[in-house]
Amino acid sequence: MKNKTPNKYGIAAAVVGVLMMIFGIYRGEAEAVLAKAVRICLECIGIG
Amino acid sequence: MDKKQRSKKQKSTEAPRHIFQLLWAVITNSFVTGFIQGRIYTGSLKNLCVPGLNCYSCPGALGSCPIGSLQSLISSRNYKFTFYVSGFLIFIGAVFGRFVCGWLCPFGLVQDLLHKIPFPKKLRTFRGDKILRKLKYVILLVFVIILPMVIVDITGQGDPWFCKYICPAGMLQGGLPLTLLNEGLRDTIGFLYAWKFVILAITVILSIIIYRPFCKYICPLGAIYSFFNKISVFTLRCDKEKCVECGKCGKVCKMNVDPKEAPNHSECIRCGLCEKNCPTGAISCNWKTGSNKNSENIKPENNDEY
Ligand code: SF4
Ligand code: SF4
Repeated sequence: MKNKTPNKYGIAAAVVGVLMMIFGIYRGEAEAVLAKAVRICLECIGIG
Repeated sequence: MDKKQRSKKQKSTEAPRHIFQLLWAVITNSFVTGFIQGRIYTGSLKNLCVPGLNCYSCPGALGSCPIGSLQSLISSRNYKFTFYVSGFLIFIGAVFGRFVCGWLCPFGLVQDLLHKIPFPKKLRTFRGDKILRKLKYVILLVFVIILPMVIVDITGQGDPWFCKYICPAGMLQGGLPLTLLNEGLRDTIGFLYAWKFVILAITVILSIIIYRPFCKYICPLGAIYSFFNKISVFTLRCDKEKCVECGKCGKVCKMNVDPKEAPNHSECIRCGLCEKNCPTGAISCNWKTGSNKNSENIKPENNDEY
């Protein structure tokens, strides 16, 4: 029977993930990601 | 069924997945102006990460690469740890597991297509294959986490070591198109560019011979998602009552997983090939919704083969 429903650990981990994302956004991390991503990453393309 | 017939059947059963992968890759890299003008998208969608390995310096990229973002925050003097990107990876891993690798990663698609190029002797496995699969975890730990965090300059800023020295997706999606389209960047090419070009060339050649070598041995993102395969909501199941132990599922699996023994093996990319090739319908890829009548007999989450 235990396999009938979605894995509870999976659901719990997904909830933890969402909470961490919300806290990260609150800390301003989404803007930091944006700031990095809107400039050409010279390291990524093999120049920097 | 002879070899030719078998590969023909695999081809037809894989087409829907490849169409899905292609559509996803096109949608998430649809900033056409970037390809015309040799620049990248700078809009607010780049706040968000995409689930697969997708360089954010690709001229078409609308979202951010999770591995690039992870390193950029870990190496930043202001953060050193990222709740946002770690939370994103945990969420995507917990819901999808390595389904992302099979269906939502452009670099996975590139390797899938390269492996379709005929070659006299394709390598299914080789001595050292099992141990080499652990390399991606070392790369995750050393190049994505430790080095960007620890080796910093005088201002406390580190480098994205994986992006800089290893990632062939950055060269394929960002380096090649941008240097072709942008004269200013072309003039700055040096040793690092050559180094990354060689890595890409090796990856391309190996992908023709071995199925997804980068995913199996190098990719830190696949390594992260592999931790979640056993608990992810999207999962693979083998119904023991229907299974006749013919072994077809294990034979068709190009990731060398035996889904009847280890349906949630860390190397399974949820491509669905085993499900399509099972003669009794014992294998199913789904969301564990309770629709399976023999759920009590389903094989338990299993020990790793590697
Ligand atoms: S292992 Fe990495 S490159 Fe391969 S499909 Fe998964 S995320 Fe993409
Ligand atoms: S076990 Fe099945 S779904 Fe997983 S990689 Fe192998 S063939 Fe694909």
